[in-house]
Amino acid sequence: MKKFRRTMLFMPGNNPGMLQDAAILGADSIILDLEDAVSLSEKDSARILVRNALKYLDYSQVEVVVRVNPLDTEFGPQDVDMIARVKPDTLLIPKAHEEDIKLVDMMLDKIETEEGYGVGSIKIIALIETAIGLETIHEVIKASRRTVGVLLGGEDLTSDLGIMRTKEGEEIFYARNKVATACRALRVDSIDTPFTDTNDYEGLIKDTAKAKSLGLTGKAVINPRQVEIIHSVFAPTEAELKHALRILGAMEEMKKEGKGVFSLDGKMIDAPVINRAKTTVELGQRLGFMER
Amino acid sequence: MKPIMTMKTISGRELPNYIDGYGLVKPFQGAFNDGGIKTRSSVELTCVPPGDLKVLESLEEALDKLNMNDGMTISFHHHLRNGDHVLNMVVEALAKRGLKDLTIAASSIFPVHAPLVEHMKSGVVTGIVANYMSGPVPEAISRGELKKPAIMQTHGGRARAIESGDLHIDVAFIAAPTSDTYGNINGVYGKSACGTLGYAVSDAEYAAKTIVITDNLVPFPACPIEISQIFVDYVVRVESIGDPKGIVSGTTKITNNPVALIIAKMAAEVIKASGLVRDGMSFQTGAGGTSLAVAAELKRIMKHEGAIGSFASGGITGYLTEMLEEGLFRTLFDVQCFDLAAIESYRNNPRHQFMSASMYGNPHTKGAVVNNLDIMILGATEIDTDFNVNVTTGSDGVIIGGSGGHSDTAAGAKLAIVVTNLMKARLPMIKAKVTTITTPGESIDVVVTERGIAVNPRRVDLMEKLSQAKLPLRTIGELKTLAEQITGVPKALETSEKIVAVVEYRDGSVIDVVRMVIDNGYLER
Repeated sequence: MKKFRRTMLFMPGNNPGMLQDAAILGADSIILDLEDAVSLSEKDSARILVRNALKYLDYSQVEVVVRVNPLDTEFGPQDVDMIARVKPDTLLIPKAHEEDIKLVDMMLDKIETEEGYGVGSIKIIALIETAIGLETIHEVIKASRRTVGVLLGGEDLTSDLGIMRTKEGEEIFYARNKVATACRALRVDSIDTPFTDTNDYEGLIKDTAKAKSLGLTGKAVINPRQVEIIHSVFAPTEAELKHALRILGAMEEMKKEGKGVFSLDGKMIDAPVINRAKTTVELGQRLGFMER
Repeated sequence: MKPIMTMKTISGRELPNYIDGYGLVKPFQGAFNDGGIKTRSSVELTCVPPGDLKVLESLEEALDKLNMNDGMTISFHHHLRNGDHVLNMVVEALAKRGLKDLTIAASSIFPVHAPLVEHMKSGVVTGIVANYMSGPVPEAISRGELKKPAIMQTHGGRARAIESGDLHIDVAFIAAPTSDTYGNINGVYGKSACGTLGYAVSDAEYAAKTIVITDNLVPFPACPIEISQIFVDYVVRVESIGDPKGIVSGTTKITNNPVALIIAKMAAEVIKASGLVRDGMSFQTGAGGTSLAVAAELKRIMKHEGAIGSFASGGITGYLTEMLEEGLFRTLFDVQCFDLAAIESYRNNPRHQFMSASMYGNPHTKGAVVNNLDIMILGATEIDTDFNVNVTTGSDGVIIGGSGGHSDTAAGAKLAIVVTNLMKARLPMIKAKVTTITTPGESIDVVVTERGIAVNPRRVDLMEKLSQAKLPLRTIGELKTLAEQITGVPKALETSEKIVAVVEYRDGSVIDVVRMVIDNGYLER
């Protein structure tokens, strides 16, 4: 069964207690962070700590993603080399450009061969947080067949654009659209930037609903208390599920009568509506809201 | 005197049948083994005729009148908690008078009572009876510095011991935030207000002499009256009975810790699945951040189900008073107020009711409030695979707490849930055998940790319900293994033969003893 990436929870890579509990906090994916959460003087020790955590702790219930340092720093390639050898599910590549992804892809090919893992088993998520990364997003995604998703980094992106980052997020409207559409086109997950006010739950709900409405499929998380709220926003409502089931039921009836297009409650039901209903029901089933 | 023979409790603990400084040992034989017909102790008292005055100008004057001797037992309540001045004041005055060999029967001991350690060393204090102890005093007891073994009771068990005469009090010194000139007292007014005085009731009623010590003397009669004049011999006015900062906290807050929140959420799911969320339900929880988080989760579920509870009980926090005001419970039973909001609610809301420690948990009454309790949320410092719980000693064998109401509520509640992290720092919380048994496994129904839920195999009915609700059930052994995979198995403690504390179950039987830990130099805290 395909794993969800509704929530990807950042955990600092230099905190043993948090690494120990990371898997049980309810997030679909955890991102063990070697980049921004770790100061320059701790880059090496955090790398070793995360490697050992992956070796000894049980993360089987979640997707383990490690955010390495940017590939153009001295730490990035060292991170990839050490972490890939203990087989994380996925690497998150910051400030991702086409060349970075290609470089990581090559490094992983080599490591996987040396370690005897299947080539291609470690996946990549590209962190789009520069203007050039955003404008070349198709190339970034297509740079490796390992790429399974894009995470939009709103803070760094607005910094690169030289504009203010606001709670309302109008300034990243274009970026969200672009990431959502490109990811849908290339059939990878699109993960929204985190909501940084960890005490504003109403704000979190609004921000997540906005991301969902634009087609983003998940959201990065910086505090475990945000996880459940985001899941509830991404879950189909009972009314949505009921409506979807009615559409599929009516469709079965119409099939018997040989009709392609029909109407329900006075609205035309055609292929896109049916496809959406199927997606909703599938999501409901996967979340355990209904019997299969 | 050497032990003549060893006996076993029903939980398998080996005890001597006689302990020097304690006496004959009645081993624990089950939570409800000792019921039936009981007798209350009779009290000798001195009648106060009309015209006699009770107010004395100083503690010294009171001590002059009391004819106190070596070897007496004096009692204190702990409503002023870590702000209490009264215990230290009285013991210091008695030490100056040259008294020796005193037993301190305090419902609880706090870090503020550190001066007791010197009095233990000098022989002024040779016995301590308490339901809960934290700070330098229990550390010194654990090092063997008290002559007789300390006696650890439960809140209900202490009331039982006093009322039965097992714990005879020569003089009860009762700190009173407000007293009138004839000894009617309450805890709701005055600069040292602490709310209810539930733990002082048995002391006042059964002590040979009862002395009220107050820093807020008001004209007769005080209103309200929590403990009445008919039990009080003298009233002593002092400058200050306590430091308000140590008495209550301003607010008690729900935890922000994500792991604790997960545990709280799961505990609430357990309650929901048990079928006990319904009209008339009753609930108790502690004042800790995780316990309050369970209350918050339960509140959500109660609102969703439209359930109106009959009562919440115990030490009361502002959080529970909010639930009362929102109509989620019809009443509160309050033995002790934990914060300012609770004091205010108790003062103003008639549905926020007083209960004494005896009414709360004494097993030898015609029914304690714990008997009516549906759901109880409990903590633990250790749990074993027989579901026995330790809240008395740390994993280093040093006394850091005690039952308080733990065993009382666990015995009474229909659903006793222990909430705990599976690991704390580098230590696993589930062990093959707990260091000290405080509450027997037979009283514990469920253990909820962040990595899964274990149901006591005695509760087959509950296991079925939780399993139907698809909760993450594991056996207690599986949880233990899970923790040990990360922490390893800690080396067993080395203890000497010397018994430093006797742990009494609520019925007065001995459920365990605390032996002195062999000091490897790690015990200094």
